[in-house]
Amino acid sequence: MRYVVANEDVCIGCRLCEIACVVEHSKTKDIVKAYKFEEKRELPRSHVEEVGPVSLSITCRHCDDPRCVAACITGAMRKGEDGRVTVDIEKCVGCWSCVMACPYGSVGMDKEDRKSVKCDLCGDREIPACVEACPNRALIVVEEEVG
Amino acid sequence: MSKETKYVIIGGGVAGLGAIEGIREVDKEGEITLVTMEAYPPYSRPGISYWLYGKLDDTTMPLRDDSFYSNLGVTLMTDCEATSIDTKAGTIKTKGGKDIPFDRLLIATGGSPILPPIDGAEGLDMVFSFTTYKDAREIGKKRDKIKRAVVVGGGLIGLKAAEALNNIGVKVTVLELMDRILSLAFDKTAGDLVAKGLVEAGIEIITEDTAQKVVSDGGKIMEIVLRSGKSVEADALILAIGVRPRVELAGGAGIDVGRGILVDERLMTNIKDIYAAGDASEAYDIIYRERRVTPILPNAYGQGKQAGRNMAGTDEPYEGGLSMNAIGFYGLDTISIGLVDPPENGGYDVLVRLDKENNIYRKLVTKEGRLFGAVLVGEVERAGIFASLIRDGVSIAGLEETMLSGEFGHVHMDRDLRVKRLERR
Ligand SMILES: Cc1cc2nc3c(=O)[nH]c(=O)nc-3n(C[C@H](O)[C@H](O)[C@H](O)COP(=O)(O)OP(=O)(O)OC[C@H]3O[C@@H](n4cnc5c(N)ncnc54)[C@H](O)[C@@H]3O)c2cc1C
Ligand code: SF4
Ligand code: SF4
Repeated sequence: MRYVVANEDVCIGCRLCEIACVVEHSKTKDIVKAYKFEEKRELPRSHVEEVGPVSLSITCRHCDDPRCVAACITGAMRKGEDGRVTVDIEKCVGCWSCVMACPYGSVGMDKEDRKSVKCDLCGDREIPACVEACPNRALIVVEEEVG
Repeated sequence: MSKETKYVIIGGGVAGLGAIEGIREVDKEGEITLVTMEAYPPYSRPGISYWLYGKLDDTTMPLRDDSFYSNLGVTLMTDCEATSIDTKAGTIKTKGGKDIPFDRLLIATGGSPILPPIDGAEGLDMVFSFTTYKDAREIGKKRDKIKRAVVVGGGLIGLKAAEALNNIGVKVTVLELMDRILSLAFDKTAGDLVAKGLVEAGIEIITEDTAQKVVSDGGKIMEIVLRSGKSVEADALILAIGVRPRVELAGGAGIDVGRGILVDERLMTNIKDIYAAGDASEAYDIIYRERRVTPILPNAYGQGKQAGRNMAGTDEPYEGGLSMNAIGFYGLDTISIGLVDPPENGGYDVLVRLDKENNIYRKLVTKEGRLFGAVLVGEVERAGIFASLIRDGVSIAGLEETMLSGEFGHVHMDRDLRVKRLERR
């Protein structure tokens, strides 16, 4: 199983991971267009929490027994055979049951469209965009054998 | 080679679906048969209100694709009611008179709507309940004939029905017997904030009153007379005061039943190899520390899944249910988790932050430094952290202030706690 974790000791709170995530999930995958010209700016799937000197980027653990999936009222939230937990936005009704259930606070809320947004490990990308963008290698991809 | 285990699941709700997934985690070969009396494979029950106003449709209602069942080798029997269980022979009988043998059985029969007796309501075709896809479709079919509707019940289901009807242009009046709506899952402040939003959206709410009589003319509803003597013009009546566990099938087979079907910590009933899960059952609850009926979807799925695993040979206790509800009416996001109205002499502390103007409200229920309940209105981001802190019973002493703010996250915890809580579990 794959997921991304942060080492808080080296996270500097620059939020480049969030920006890379927005760009990766945009239509054009171009930073200027993604932020300025696309009809709608995508939301980052990871979020940086910061208080005083502590900062760290938090994103989905793609849990073995995902609580977001258990709580999803429509079956929009699913764990795929490859282990990724993703949301089918056609089915999502924005009830936020998944937000209520994720112990990590890793489901984002697109309040405008009332759809949940979360890490999908960047499709076919070998290295997720956030990990690639982190200037201080605070983000790493963890690979675990599926039990 | 040993013979394949035969699993039979009665009830195609989310608990039955969870059981399929739980069984298949452990046993890839055994035969699974899902028997359900509805016409559809497992679909989103909470989705019926969204279906009624078009946010979900027939393609998005099923919880899983058809291929899901065929890929996992599940035999789906829809329109098939189980009428009895022979615990000795290890068979169930269906309405058609067929016997289906099982080695392991799950009873996941859910709940049935409670229908209050109302004078003159019987036999009218514009009186509905609101718990099934069929109910929603019936209402949908007759929507042109519904200009005004009365919904009996100001709980989650009644309000969901009211919202959907209001969204399709029906003038709706909700009747609630208590002095406030959502009295089961939310506290008064949250209920009042939600009520305000519903009224602003055009829904009428009448509390401390209920429907007593239906006045009809030639089968057509004219008005609903309330207990107070008031009357409300209407052409449809929706009964949504709640559901009760559907235990008749289990009870009839000699399985122990309280309010719901009683199960042990492994979700097995008093009869070996027969399990129960979901709204039909009474399983362990982590807040009340006893068996309890908590008819919510995450519990039903979780119980179904754990029962499924245990049926397939994993011998693990159910982690325990935790009541939680997320609702969002007209843009006001509202979440309640755990104990939200603690008993006065129970030694609980209650902390609140209320910003009425901006519709923001937060409430924490704590005891001896641990979190037992939370209500979040307006700011619900990362609510799952609250649920997780309740579930794990860890000390939150010192965190209360930040937890009342909308900013609260892992970064506010001290390092040891944070590191531990961010580990993948
Ligand atoms: C309108 C509405 C909105 C809701 N919204 C929410 C929400 O937002 N969040 C939440 O957590 N919960 C919500 N709920 C509750 C949630 O839907 C239930 O907790 C959940 O569906 C329970 O699942 P279950 O599998 O235990 O039972 P059910 O979903 O009731 O499924 C049981 C199935 O068994 C079948 N069955 C029963 N007896 C037999 C028999 N003898 N033979 C064959 N089949 C049988 C029934 O027909 C049914 O299909 C809502 C419910 C409703 C009605
Ligand atoms: S969103 Fe949360 S609960 Fe769901 S898989 Fe990711 S970390 Fe786990
Ligand atoms: S917000 Fe969407 S993905 Fe989350 S539980 Fe509701 S329907 Fe499922």
